[in-house]
Parts: sequence; structure tokens; C-alpha cells
Amino acid sequence: MEPVDLDLEESALELPAEPMHLNLGPAHPAMHGTVRIVLELSGETIEKADVQIGYLHRGFEKMCERGTWAQVFPYADRLNYVSPMLNNVGYALAVEKLCDIEVPDRCQWYRMALGELARISDHLTCTGAMAMELGAFTPFLWFVKAREMVWDILEEETGARLTHSFGRIGGMARPPTPAFKELVRGSTKEILSLLEQGEKMLLKNRIFIDRLENVGNISQADAISLSWTGPCLRSTGCSYDVRKAHPYLKYDEVDFTVPVGTRGDSLDRFLVRLDEIRQSVRILDQVCDRMADEGPVSADDPRVMLPEKDAVYTTIEGTIQHFKLVMEGAKVPAGECYSYTEGGNGELGFYLVSDGSGTPHRVRIRPPCFSITGGLSKIIMGRMLSDIVPTFGALNMIGGECDH
Amino acid sequence: MSERLLAKLRERFGASVLETHSHLGDDTAVVDPARWKEICAFLRDDPACDMQMLVDLCGADYPDRTPRLEVVLHLYSIARRHRLRLKARVGDEDAEGAEIDSVVDLWQGANWFERETYDMFGVKFRGHPDLRRILMYPEFEGHPLLKTYPANKTQPLVAYRTEEEAGVPLEKLAPFGDDEGMSFGRKNGDATGDATNGEA
Repeated sequence: MEPVDLDLEESALELPAEPMHLNLGPAHPAMHGTVRIVLELSGETIEKADVQIGYLHRGFEKMCERGTWAQVFPYADRLNYVSPMLNNVGYALAVEKLCDIEVPDRCQWYRMALGELARISDHLTCTGAMAMELGAFTPFLWFVKAREMVWDILEEETGARLTHSFGRIGGMARPPTPAFKELVRGSTKEILSLLEQGEKMLLKNRIFIDRLENVGNISQADAISLSWTGPCLRSTGCSYDVRKAHPYLKYDEVDFTVPVGTRGDSLDRFLVRLDEIRQSVRILDQVCDRMADEGPVSADDPRVMLPEKDAVYTTIEGTIQHFKLVMEGAKVPAGECYSYTEGGNGELGFYLVSDGSGTPHRVRIRPPCFSITGGLSKIIMGRMLSDIVPTFGALNMIGGECDH
Repeated sequence: MSERLLAKLRERFGASVLETHSHLGDDTAVVDPARWKEICAFLRDDPACDMQMLVDLCGADYPDRTPRLEVVLHLYSIARRHRLRLKARVGDEDAEGAEIDSVVDLWQGANWFERETYDMFGVKFRGHPDLRRILMYPEFEGHPLLKTYPANKTQPLVAYRTEEEAGVPLEKLAPFGDDEGMSFGRKNGDATGDATNGEA
């Protein structure tokens, strides 16, 4: 038998030199969220990346222009399905800014508590899913167990685990349940201990650290130029947090710190999120201490609030008011405003334009992960194919919000 | 705080700043679209303005105005903690010919926001490196957030099957009938314009 490599020349042993095209997604098991990345690879190195979104576009902004102001709440839930309460509160605050309404103190504390619970759930989902994509399944289960406790509280309060639709213009749908503070105090301890377990497991794991450290680096100047906010911006060392820089609700009255990173890599984003969970627990403790047990949670403003059911059924004024608010919607004064809060991923902005009717003229959401995903192609360029998974995981793209 | 910004803008650009107002704590300047990029560069680079972050860029449609479209830009200065809303009015009464300079050179984050505004409103950004649709698919016709785009219009990539094609009775034919589902008629501008539209 002839040896096969006898007359082979050196050049024939080289692999073809033209770049390989690869479609990653839109439904790839290692990527959470529907996003497609069209890659041009040289070997395993990424030479060009085109991140394509829009697979979850549901015309949120168009839908909002068809109903009343209050009918936007269910849509806001579905924008961000890991921290819907933050979107609910963000939208409520935006409409209240336009109507010039301030909700009672008790409601502000309550909104903060629910918001921080949602933030914990967001960060647990993100960090847990990221670990899972790198093969660490156990910490994911612990984090989901912790998230389950958060969801149990939210279910107890709102009646729904995921899409609460609990915000109202001028208040919340219901006051806190009598057991609320007790539930929160009870679960935060447990959440912290689960978090610690998961953290120990991951941060002493060489494989996990190696895959995150110095992967997906971004400089602070680039992050700002790319309009990044939230944990991803803070991982670069910039301490911009809406809760500190422009306090809303009662954030100026509670004590918490803003964790920042130094390198701006995926590991920093992971660590910043874990620290933020601890800070959220700190805020929750203070809220539980300071929130009153009695008192109204809704603003006493007949322009936007539905009357009490007793009044609706027994008085003609109540019936009329209820009918007008439901059928025509609350009349929001003509004007425009931009209201911003700190969502799970960064600055969640609502730019509202009202023409004075019961239907919004324009509802623009500024989703934090839209601009963050916009920077993805920049930070994976020149890296290896396998780096996409942890980098994308650490950005925490929420498809519903990113694609509107 | 940022009312000084507005004063500074008026002083520097004079008649190119068409309108300013401060309502509900938001400072707004409406500027001449021809000097859009120049004004943006000034806001970013002037040490007293220092708007390092482009927070948001979007469009808005006002069908009864000419120019009809607005490009709305929200800027923020992390160091100075002030915000500014900058607007430019573009496009004729049919929202055609809306063009404005791209600011991608100034803020990288403008890239996707401008693509989105182009996709949703049809505003063309001159000098944008890669102006194509971002949320809708490339075959999509029209710009969905224009008030004149009917909310109940469908543009399927694969045509709906008819009963003849299927050869079997289909329980439901898409697009669904006018009498089904939610009426999209709180405000007019829908395709059918029949009895299901009009006042809700």
C-alpha cells in the first residue's frame, strides 16, 4: 500500500483561508433571548459580527397609542419579564410626572420594596443563567430557588407571579398585605444564604473565572459613548445610578452604596450584580422599618383614580366617574415629559407625549438593554467564538424590552 | 441648572434655536435640522455642557403639523448631572423627505437608535454607516409608527393560505375578520375605515 502523504505539498495541508460565515441564533440553546449574530470567523476568531434583533418585536409603542393610559401597564409588564414591577413603577412615575401627581409616602415605600424585590429577581436570573450557560447548573438551581422566594412574595402581594400589572396611575392596585414585611424579612435571609452558597461555588471555580475574566472588556469612555447604563456601565468604574444621581421615590432617605467594577469585563458585571443584590436587601430592610402599616397607598385624585366600589354601585357620581375613567381613560394634561428610573439593566426611560386626551399620543420606552446589546458586536470583535456565550450572558439582554 | 444650558445654546446659535421651554423639569430646545450635528458636537465638547452620554434618540409623528416628524434626542452629562432634550422637525406633510445628519461620529450609541428611528418613522440619517431596518424585517414596507400606518395591517412574509390552496376547509382565515378581536378604532387611521372603527 502506498503511503498517502507522499506527494502532498505543504500548502495542501493548510485549511482554506476565506472566512467562514456562521449564524448564531436566533434560537440557540446557549443564548437566552432571541437574537441572531451573523459572524465572520477566521478559524475560531471573530472577524466581523452583526447582531440582529427584532425577533420579539410586538409593536409595543404602536399598541400604546391605541388604548388608554392605564392600559399600558400590562404591556409594560411584558417588556421586561424578569423584573416587570420596575417597568410598572417606571411607567406609573412617568404618567404621574405628566399629571403632576405625587403618591402618598406609604405607596412610595411600597413601590421601592416591590422594585427592589424585582431587581433581586432580575439579577438572580441573569447571574444564574449565565453560570448555567457555562455549565454550572447547580448554582443556577440555587439562584432560581432564591428567585422563587421573591416570586412567592410578589404572588402574595399582586396575585400574579410574573405579569403583575400592579401599578396604577396615582398608586398601586392594592395596599400591602398584612404579612408583607414579615415575608420580606423572612426570605431575605434565606436569599442571602443561597446567594453565598452559589457565589462560593462559582468564584472558587477556575473554569468559571477563566471564562469571564478579561472577556468582553470595555473601557469606561466607550461604555458611556455607547449609552450603556446600569450594572454594565458600573462594571467599568462609572458609578452612575439613577437612584443615587437623581433620587426618586424615597431613595434619598435610605442608605445604600453603588457597587462598581474596575476592569469592565464580564466577571466585573457578574460581581456588580451580586453586590447589588446585597444592596437591594439592605434597602428592603430599611423600607420594612420605615413603611407605615396604615394609611392610603393611592393618591386622592379623582382625575385618575377609580372610585371605591361602594360608591360605584350606590351613587350616580361614582358610576359616571368609573365609566368615564374606564371607557375614555384618565385625561392626561397635554405636554411631554421624559421620566427615568433605574431598571434592572440600567436607565429605563419613558418619553411620553400627551395631546390632552385619554389616549397617549406617543409612548416611547428607552430600554436599557437596547443600547447595551448595540455594543455587543464591538466587545466580541477579535475574540473567540466561545467567548460570545459568557459575554452575551453578562449583558443580560431582555428580548421583550430590547425589541420593543 | 440646565436653563443655563438653554441660554448658552441661544447665545451660541441664535436663530437656529427655534424654540425653548422648560416644562415639568425637562429643558427642551427645538433646533434647526440643518445645524443638528454642529449643535450636538457643541453640546458634547463644550466643557460647560459636557454631554457625554446620548440617553435616547427617537422619533415622534404629528400628522397635523408641517414639518411632520420630530427627531427627539435626550442628552445627559454624567459629570454635571444635567439633561437636555433636543428636537428637530423634519419631513413634509406626508412624512416624506425627512433627512437629518447622523450623530454616530459623536456618540457610538446613536447607531442603533438612529436605525430604529429610520425603521419606525422613515427618517434618513445622512452619514450613518449602516442605515437599515433593525426591528422590522427587510421586506417590510412602510414605517409602522407613523400615525398613517394602520395598526391592524398585516404584512406576512409568507402569504396566508386560502381554502382552495389548502383543499380542506380552514376553520379560520387570516387576516381575521373585522368583527373579531379588539377594535383598533379609538383613533382613526386604520385601513378598513368601516363600522368597527371610529369612536370607541
